[in-house]
Amino acid sequence: MDSEDVIMETGSRELTQNPLRKIWIPYKNGLPEKHTFQRRVCMTNCPTLIVTVGLPARGKTYISKKLTRYLNWIGVPTKEFNVGQYRREFLKIYKSFEFFRADNEEGLKIRRQCALSALNDVRQFLTVGGGQVAVFDATNTTRERRGTIVKFAEQNGFKVFFVESVCEDPEVIAANIVQVKLGSPDYINCNTEEAVEDFMKRIECYETSYQPLDEVLDRDLSYIKVMDVGRRYLVNRVLDHIQSRIVYYLMNIHITPRSIYLCRHGESDLNIKGRIGGDSGLSARGKDFGKCLGKFIEEQNIKDLKVWTSQMKRTIQTAEVLGVPYEQWKVLNEIDAGVCEEMMYEEIQESFPLEFALRDQDKYRYRYPKGESYEDLVQRLEPVIMELERQENVLVICHQAVMRCLLAYFLDKGAGCKVESVCLSVDADLTGSLVSITGNANIMGRIHLKVTTSFSLLSEMNPDLNSNFCSAL
Amino acid sequence: MEADGGCRHGLVSLTVGGPAEQKELTQTPLLKIWVPWMGSSLNRRRGSSVPQFTNSPTMIVMVGLPARGKTYISKKLTRYLNWIGVPTRVFNVGQYRREAVQTYKNFEFFRADNEEAMAIRKACAAAALKDVAAYFTKEQGQVAVFFVESMCDDPDIIAENIQQVKLGSPDYVDRDTEEAMRDFIQRIKCYEATYVPIDDERDRKLSYIKIFNVGSRYLVNRVQDHIQSRIVYYLMNIHVTPRSIYLSRHGESELNLLGRIGGDSGLSPRGQRYAKALAGFIEGQNISNLKVWTSHMKRTIQTAEALGVQYEQWKALNEIDAGVCEELTYEEIQENFPEEFALRDQDKYRYRYPKGESYEDMVHRLEPVIMELERQENVLVVCHQAVMRCLLAYFLNKPAGDLPYLRCPLHTVLKLTPVAYGCKVETFFLNIEAVNTHRERPTNVDISRKPEDALQTVPDHI
Repeated sequence: MDSEDVIMETGSRELTQNPLRKIWIPYKNGLPEKHTFQRRVCMTNCPTLIVTVGLPARGKTYISKKLTRYLNWIGVPTKEFNVGQYRREFLKIYKSFEFFRADNEEGLKIRRQCALSALNDVRQFLTVGGGQVAVFDATNTTRERRGTIVKFAEQNGFKVFFVESVCEDPEVIAANIVQVKLGSPDYINCNTEEAVEDFMKRIECYETSYQPLDEVLDRDLSYIKVMDVGRRYLVNRVLDHIQSRIVYYLMNIHITPRSIYLCRHGESDLNIKGRIGGDSGLSARGKDFGKCLGKFIEEQNIKDLKVWTSQMKRTIQTAEVLGVPYEQWKVLNEIDAGVCEEMMYEEIQESFPLEFALRDQDKYRYRYPKGESYEDLVQRLEPVIMELERQENVLVICHQAVMRCLLAYFLDKGAGCKVESVCLSVDADLTGSLVSITGNANIMGRIHLKVTTSFSLLSEMNPDLNSNFCSAL
Repeated sequence: MEADGGCRHGLVSLTVGGPAEQKELTQTPLLKIWVPWMGSSLNRRRGSSVPQFTNSPTMIVMVGLPARGKTYISKKLTRYLNWIGVPTRVFNVGQYRREAVQTYKNFEFFRADNEEAMAIRKACAAAALKDVAAYFTKEQGQVAVFFVESMCDDPDIIAENIQQVKLGSPDYVDRDTEEAMRDFIQRIKCYEATYVPIDDERDRKLSYIKIFNVGSRYLVNRVQDHIQSRIVYYLMNIHVTPRSIYLSRHGESELNLLGRIGGDSGLSPRGQRYAKALAGFIEGQNISNLKVWTSHMKRTIQTAEALGVQYEQWKALNEIDAGVCEELTYEEIQENFPEEFALRDQDKYRYRYPKGESYEDMVHRLEPVIMELERQENVLVVCHQAVMRCLLAYFLNKPAGDLPYLRCPLHTVLKLTPVAYGCKVETFFLNIEAVNTHRERPTNVDISRKPEDALQTVPDHI
């Protein structure tokens, strides 16, 4: 190494901090260079195709939807493609299980066409549609069909990861059918008994030709086999980061019925003054909310309720009133407003008008100077979501921005409208409100939301609020 | 009421009668955690940014023939769990046997029909279990058992194992390579006849993970709780492909020169020279498929820019947030926050800056970085002093007490190469002068100490 003074050759590349995201990016000749990456969750340069495998009523669509929701929330553009949907759009009317008979040439042709049509849309999404992961949701029960998909993926440079759900527990299957299939458009004109009978015969059509993923024959494929709703997993050849995250997620979810309760801390002293952030204590009304909350929780008679708070005084004070054990998570702390901490919006407008405007431009990606963005929040909240999936009944006492991020995960709002729609329908109303999310696992992962405001915490729901939420669903 | 997070006086007078007053919350001075001043049992987890979900102790039991990586996995897993804050210890029965028998003769000791040896081996296992029970000081609650079985039928992998770890074992200290190899293979044979792997049918009630051929396939059964889920995730992300991890700080920064901590300044002229030197060094190392990671702070990015290769920015690699002390010199911290300064010297690992972070918080923030480092192969991480200390402590198995005082000087690259059960470290100082930013623990850490005592170990600056 010579000891002469060296002129920084990167002088041709100037580092400038992007004003919105506060990210340092090299600029060359006044234009941002594309050579640097922000840490993106999905480190694969090639897109991934997740392919479900399994007999009907094994939870493939449940897994597809849930996985899609999770991946989108953590910032990986994902979309599911349900071949059954394509079939319904093509056929319009479902007559009976006969359509699925293995010897129904016409049926087979249509089903194959639908699969190909779906794969075509997959290709669109992953090449030009900005997608990173596509979930191909169908039975895919034969090796032949899976071979076609693998070839398709190879031709297009996609990685393939299979998710197979195997279950022989007749109770689980029956529950699935009752909860999900009976409400399907296919059975809209049937009574319960007819529908169940037809569906059982439908399953039979697949059973004889079903070739589960085999440890030996399929040893070169990448897959996870989920057995008995998560009692056991077989994982083969995980290739990259995103597949590893998918496996971890699938191994943490469960379908035991439970409820998640989300609320903000009670009104704080800084809330009253219209100042953001900080670490103030509860106002008198805030303490009242705590008491209301305590009473409400007691009356709900929740089994084994876990209570989580942030490490900020106001959430802890709220939890203290409940008189039950609680756990403090630093990652549940409110968004760090950096230089704007403890300021009023008017003061921010006065001192940092540019910042104020940038925030309105893209509230999700906007990072406070020396602070955080909603995007940063999502990343730091991921372990909370993972643990919420593992747990059963949980009450999370947190903060406005944090609650929006958590709600967005459960409501499956895309990053862009994540804040907006929640903002519009819920903003002012989140103060002193408790949102309870009942994951009724068997209903396609749909979530039942109940919003109760503090001033009516003891009984009824505010119907207007509820309809706002339902439309947001 | 004293706001010191504890009861100074022996007796406390309570307000009696009427509705119970909500207890006042006070913030513990070191950890900056809000607790009800009477020390409520409601808040189970005092300290630490992440709740500990391990309420019941867990015993991880390794299963497998010799040379299947059981000790490798045990040590690595233990290192990881300790780093994330779950106190963990390895109990290696082979160690007990070596202490009991003193001299190892040959594989005959392990023959299934060697009754005397069998008795010794059983006694060793019993002794180890007894120590395990003693290690679990909490008597209440059950101990959760989680089995980790390593299965491998690839003769190349097994031979490689034997080369790397067995030949250097105390058992073979006086043998030549071929003799040792032959003996060890015989040793494996002694076990093979009686080996009953975990059976997916008969053992279906047990919680376990089976690892096949160093991770190409896994079978996971009945994960019971959070810690087992984390263990499974970790085991599924580690690999044994040879590779090196390079750790370096950013080049010297403008604020470094002024002795100021934190901030987001750019490189000084010497720092810029370091960046160029780093580029030269990396090129000279001839690394295949090197990934380069930086933080979101200007100084690490400027350093990476000089390399002329793609790099990724991780917010998680940002320097420790010094909160109200950001951009201050140590002298200014002593002047404005003498109590904070003393508390930090008392317990530097757990100490959280007001409105900032602690080393303990950083470990949790860096966990995804460690996980991804485990997945990756050759990586250069350009980061910061406190960050580098946390990462280094993970790789070198340094306890929390030592972590904040690990030496990570500027303009020095550390090359970590996994070897046998640990990590080889090579240090490369790239010969470009820089300020020293390492502050040793002063002798006097009392809150009432004099300023000169506090500033005794502050390194020189402008």
